[in-house]
Amino acid sequence: MLTIVAPITLVAATAVVGTFFERSTEIYFINALIAVAIVVALYVFVGSTGVLSFGHISFVAVGAWTAGVLSVPVAEKPATMPFLFDFLAETTVGNVWSLVLAALAGGVFALLAGLPLMRLSGLTAGIATFAVLEITNNVLRYYEKVGPGLNVFSSVPETTDLQQAAIGAIAAIVVAFAYQVSRFGRQLRAARDDAPAARAVGISVYRQRLGAFTLSGALAGLAGGLYVHYLPISVDAVYLDLTFITLAMLVIGGMTSLWGAVVGALAVSGLDSLLAEAENGAAGIDLPSGSRIVVVGALMAVVLIVRPSGLTGGRELNLGRLLRGSPGRRGAA
Amino acid sequence: MTVLATALSDFLHAAVEPQVQVDAIGIGAIYALMAVGIGLVFGVLRLVNFAYGQLVMAGAFALAYASDQDWPVWLGIVLCFVVVITLTLAMERVVFRPLRGKPAATMLVATFAVAFLLQAVALLIDQTDDTLGEPAASLAKLNVPWTILGTDVRKITVVAIVTAAVCLAGLVLILSRTTVGLHMRAAAMDFETARLLGVRADRVIGSAVLLSGILAATVAVMLTVQQPLVTSTFALRETIVVLAGVVLGGMNRLFSATLGGFAIGYASGLLGGALPTAQSQYLPSILFGLVIVILLVRPGGLFTRGPGPVERV
Repeated sequence: MLTIVAPITLVAATAVVGTFFERSTEIYFINALIAVAIVVALYVFVGSTGVLSFGHISFVAVGAWTAGVLSVPVAEKPATMPFLFDFLAETTVGNVWSLVLAALAGGVFALLAGLPLMRLSGLTAGIATFAVLEITNNVLRYYEKVGPGLNVFSSVPETTDLQQAAIGAIAAIVVAFAYQVSRFGRQLRAARDDAPAARAVGISVYRQRLGAFTLSGALAGLAGGLYVHYLPISVDAVYLDLTFITLAMLVIGGMTSLWGAVVGALAVSGLDSLLAEAENGAAGIDLPSGSRIVVVGALMAVVLIVRPSGLTGGRELNLGRLLRGSPGRRGAA
Repeated sequence: MTVLATALSDFLHAAVEPQVQVDAIGIGAIYALMAVGIGLVFGVLRLVNFAYGQLVMAGAFALAYASDQDWPVWLGIVLCFVVVITLTLAMERVVFRPLRGKPAATMLVATFAVAFLLQAVALLIDQTDDTLGEPAASLAKLNVPWTILGTDVRKITVVAIVTAAVCLAGLVLILSRTTVGLHMRAAAMDFETARLLGVRADRVIGSAVLLSGILAATVAVMLTVQQPLVTSTFALRETIVVLAGVVLGGMNRLFSATLGGFAIGYASGLLGGALPTAQSQYLPSILFGLVIVILLVRPGGLFTRGPGPVERV
């Protein structure tokens, strides 16, 4: 039970703490919650298969593009996106629908990409998903019939506040939990830990992976929808940097547990925000501008060296173990 | 259908132009060197060094510094080698060594972290004056073309091809004729067994890392000729493409990894030279589309023989 309650509590607490700050600080909290949504989406696939995916940010991007293009009021589309397909130019949907469609678009795209790619494994699969990211980014950057191309998304209603970001993150956590305790999630974890044995008891690794990829693609699409409703983003915001930082969050938290995904996302975002404040001269210490990423990078490396399986060791929160203070019997996978 | 056929035949006609071919081979040569640098470290450490591009970037900054100080070219190149090799060895000692034998994902993400860090440091250095990017001008004279049989061959293309050939030949000699080369090959095949038979881990890893640093410095010298403006994202694109090429060729053997690096550089050179301007903005899509297709057909590597290596899923 703690497995689902603890991450939700942590996310809700983050949102509640965020309400005590004024807008300029509140954005850090919204940012962190969106990061949780993305990392949990990533976790659904990476955590249960052990295959690193570099392609998930393309699902975030597709979700963001879907929600963004569909939410800009019809009257303002010709100004910012003059080359849109007619059916996109003439349609505007509400906030909730845009998020639902973003999730749908992310899921469908992941399904289509996964159909061939889920046959691959290991590093080959990683590079293939990277290729998906490159292609998605390249197309969104230059194909102006589906979005603003090189420009930023302007005039998307900024509806992602603390409340919506928290709801989105919690929804992602609930879905991820439901999946990991379902028979499909368990089958895939079995296949991750011992593929030949899993095959021997009749588990189709390909089909289970495709399911996880699609589900996590849908969650990533939802997170992308939240993101575009939060900031006027451009194609560069959903590319390499976001890919690396979210993967780093997952691995730093501990990539085989939901708790690890949430803790990693919040810890790295929190540190990043704190240092951003320090760069602005707040928070007591004064850092030169631009040094934030140096510190974040160094600390990430240190955490990985000291705790190679992540802050949580890749395990769910366990009060008994916490109270006994014993390091747990099994090493994380 | 006919439109597609015409486009394809136009592309092929453009692609067989000697000019396009020579440029593509030049790019392929540089990418092959980067592929060797990445493949050498992967062989002994099973570590995909994502920060390899940042090593090249550091070398490029050293060259830019030297040209800013009006140093002679040779001194700039010496500085470039010193900086890159020092940084490579430091990276091995501080990050790779403590993570040896840890999960592949952890090692990969640690190299992300190093890449982030180096890139951020470079940006800080870059920002100390108010211009974005530093020019590394001292070697730019290699950019002028020789005209051979009606084809403009830039001097750097020749230099790149010759350097790559010399480096690769030297490497083959080291790997096949020296003890440490033998140890490296043994370690790449089966590290544990090699250690049991008396191969010293630190020494063999150190040598592989050192060689990869030398190659990174060489690549830095050649890339700055083509892109004299050095920014913090210098060589980032190239690294990503080369990583794809290395996996495409077959990561488990240095030879196939190198061929993969050459192939992807050559392919991107051909696409860049022969695609009509209207389509050239979609070059990455075409290139990485090809990568996906080839990975699906030959998951074990394009240039490997027999069934692919058995890998834990």
